[in-house]
Amino acid sequence: MSGSRELILERVRRALADAPLAPESPRDYRRAGTLSPVARTELFYERVCDYRAEARRVRAGELPVAITEVFAARGAQRVCVPNDIASEWRVDGVNFVDDEELSWEELDHIDGVLTGCTLAIAETGTIVLSAGAGEGRRAITLIPDLHVCVIEERQIVETVPEAMTLLTELGAQRRPLTFISGPSATSDIELNRVEGVHGPRNLVVLIEESA
Amino acid sequence: MSATARPFPEAAHDALRDAQLRSNLFVATQTIRDKRNQVVGELSDWEELREAGRAIKADVLANLDRYLLQFEQAVADAGGQVHWAADAGEANQVVLDVARAHGVTELVKVKSLTTDEIGLNAALEAGGVSAIETDLAELILQLGGDWSSHILVPAIHRNRTEIRDIFRATIADDALSDDPGELAEASRTYLRERFLTARMAVSGANFGVAETGTVCVVESEGNGRMCTTLPPVLVTILGIEKLIPSFADLEVFLQLLPRSSTGERMNPYTSLWTGVNAADGPQEFHVVLLDAGRTNALADTVGRQALHCIRCSACLNVCPVYSRTGGQAYGSIYPGPIGAILTPLLYGVEHAPTLPFASSLCGACYEVCPVKIDIPSVLLHLRAKAVESAGKPSLTMAAAGWLFGGRRRFAAAQRLGRLAQRPLIRAGKIRRLPPPLDAWTRTRDLRPLAGESFREWWERRG
Ligand code: SF4
Repeated sequence: MSGSRELILERVRRALADAPLAPESPRDYRRAGTLSPVARTELFYERVCDYRAEARRVRAGELPVAITEVFAARGAQRVCVPNDIASEWRVDGVNFVDDEELSWEELDHIDGVLTGCTLAIAETGTIVLSAGAGEGRRAITLIPDLHVCVIEERQIVETVPEAMTLLTELGAQRRPLTFISGPSATSDIELNRVEGVHGPRNLVVLIEESA
Repeated sequence: MSATARPFPEAAHDALRDAQLRSNLFVATQTIRDKRNQVVGELSDWEELREAGRAIKADVLANLDRYLLQFEQAVADAGGQVHWAADAGEANQVVLDVARAHGVTELVKVKSLTTDEIGLNAALEAGGVSAIETDLAELILQLGGDWSSHILVPAIHRNRTEIRDIFRATIADDALSDDPGELAEASRTYLRERFLTARMAVSGANFGVAETGTVCVVESEGNGRMCTTLPPVLVTILGIEKLIPSFADLEVFLQLLPRSSTGERMNPYTSLWTGVNAADGPQEFHVVLLDAGRTNALADTVGRQALHCIRCSACLNVCPVYSRTGGQAYGSIYPGPIGAILTPLLYGVEHAPTLPFASSLCGACYEVCPVKIDIPSVLLHLRAKAVESAGKPSLTMAAAGWLFGGRRRFAAAQRLGRLAQRPLIRAGKIRRLPPPLDAWTRTRDLRPLAGESFREWWERRG
């Protein structure tokens, strides 16, 4: 409603007739973390596990073995991947389905999805996807019931402010962003936490140690 | 819509009788409060984050016209369409028009207080479009045909057996048990098909970033991701107070909100998107900037801070009045301490004259509020306004009558008296004490007041 635009702006200006002051917002909260890289990884690992996601620490170079094991353990055979995934992740024994504009219906009949991520936040146990390389579009990490996400140790930051700064530096602010902290959950029934309502019920985070 | 369905004292009376509601609520508020305290305690800079949150919101309000225009431009630059709605009817009409333009008669919806506030579902229904609620709790309410009792866990007044019966009667067969996992599974199955085939979705939002035009939805279940990712058309209703200046400001609110709200370090899912992305998500995106009384609240120089609210519900969980009566007694979309100030500010105090009295002024809400809204001060300010505007002592007496009607409540009130004097003294504007406050002072005379604060007492008791 075009008249409403002017009306609302006019109401706002009238409401602010007392010209309230808004001094520069103080930002005295912690920005940078203080942990060593080893402690940071450890904290991330703990916090992810705390959300009842499965986290595994994988030595450099042993990622393909870990990927094979994770899918085998869950009997996942057909696994969706973004087209630009690292070729070493395409392990034998799994039928990888490239996301060539798969329909929602097709994604609903797939056993799992394997992606990378943009960064991870240790303090909150969060992984952040930004539709970047190896991450794919949002739907592929949403519809399948199993999401396996690979994170390289160097992608872990300690604090939320560090994450937002990095996303800005990467120019990712306007890209579709998804922050994931554990599998989907609800506490709507007598406050019982039930994992997995609509998002993937199983989240596995593979933390690849730096070489 | 009417701001409040029934006067608070009357509705509270009924709620106090409902034992199930009372015990569920007690457990709920206690559990969430404990979790919140624990994760807040982990952050050494919590007070600095609160101060930043407060200041950022104050900046937004002080420059709201500029931020609205900046947001509008940024959304348009990113391929989204911006609508302005002066009231609920206009906002509902935008959604209906979009639905009609696409020939949509059924859409999926992610829980949003804002869309509840404007009565969107009923308006759509009247226009021949059915809206399917996709939050588990909202679905339970929708299928059971009742009202929310808590911002965060709206169906907390229903136990598992009741939920099973509602599901059996609507979306599942008689084999369904009352196991929470099975109940969640039933809703997953029922909704999945709708998510995958929906042609349009409606959402609210937690934040809108003026700088980038980015919209942010914070949630747990994944239905928010489903709604904002899969259907080709998306309409988001955004209260004008939900803006934040810059993308970087999210670093403050994404810490404050989940810890205050569900007591988690981070909620399971946070989605951020900007306009339309050709390769990912809805190809048509509308955002409706909603006033519907917010500029009324903005004009109240004391009350405008209520617009800082990020709807975390922490103030509900610490409120001794709320945890006894539940949300339904407030007869408003916004219950608890925040509802007691926001509802009269949005709709005019004359439409909700008893709500500002639905509080003991113990100050716990202010202490936990992640954006430092001084709810007790705003309550006192609104009480004065209510008395002025009503000129009908019966209304305020009703509130006092409720508080002092029962033996237990009376005893509690005695303990409250000591604390109540503090805000009273601060409220320099109130010259003649309105009846309930008069009642507070009367209580004080009955017995010397204990040295223990209400909070201390409450904490010990719980
Ligand atoms: S008033 Fe403060 S504590 Fe209450 S819901 Fe709003 S932000 Fe949360």
